[in-house]
Amino acid sequence: MIADIAFWAIGAVAVLAGAAVFYVDSMARATYALAVSFIAVGFQLLFLQQNYVGVVTVLMMVMEMAIMAVYMVMFMGMNPALMPMSMVHDNKKSLAVAIGTFAFLAAGVLLIDWPARRGAPPADVTSALGEALMGPKMLVMAVISPVMVATIVAGVVLAAHRTRYDRFGDDLKRRPAEDPQPGGIGR
Amino acid sequence: MTLDAVLLISAAIFSVGLYGAISQQVVVMVMMGLELMINGVILAAGGIWWFLAPAPTGQVLLLVIIAAMTVEMAMGFAVATLLHRERQSDMTDMATDLSG
Repeated sequence: MIADIAFWAIGAVAVLAGAAVFYVDSMARATYALAVSFIAVGFQLLFLQQNYVGVVTVLMMVMEMAIMAVYMVMFMGMNPALMPMSMVHDNKKSLAVAIGTFAFLAAGVLLIDWPARRGAPPADVTSALGEALMGPKMLVMAVISPVMVATIVAGVVLAAHRTRYDRFGDDLKRRPAEDPQPGGIGR
Repeated sequence: MTLDAVLLISAAIFSVGLYGAISQQVVVMVMMGLELMINGVILAAGGIWWFLAPAPTGQVLLLVIIAAMTVEMAMGFAVATLLHRERQSDMTDMATDLSG
């Protein structure tokens, strides 16, 4: 009973903090509201006995939101907390789509006759996950790793202003390098 | 704590995120909406795993969802940086070259 109440309370925190992201004025507050929502979902996963995934969600999202707060400060030229302004378009249509989606999903959740549980959870969920990842499901880890590397490369390529290919040409053979502002100490 | 409860909460989180992803003008806020949507998916997947088929396979799928979220964040920040440099803007309404 107490677990039920705690679960619903944390769920309410997750939803309300998520709604606060788009309600508060300050970008920093929006970021922290999103972090609260993620932490609440992480705790809910702990209720569902997924210790590893829950803790990973909490740790990762706290770090991600810290980075996001920095981006917000970098890219938001003004501070909406000091200068209130509307940063939304198609507000009513978006609201209608969101409410319609929730009604559709909720109807599905309540109307579907969910099947009974198949199998029992392993005694130690976390070590079972580790053994699955290092054994029969290793392909998943093997695929995620190159995807992460590709993400790093693509992120740097997109975000870097001038790279060595701009300076030295596509075959890296242009000499001297094409620098808009010659630097160094005049060698 | 039933499957219905978990799925209803996750549906609410997903819908809030959908509203943000459609309505927000700032690119980083749109990303926040997408993050919230994936947040709901994580919770729903966790609930379905626990209540319907508690085998380790489902948890591996959860890890894949979390990895997808990380990739989305990293690429989104890179695109936001590029957009800011090229257009001096952070608004979706100023990057509609491919629309229509």
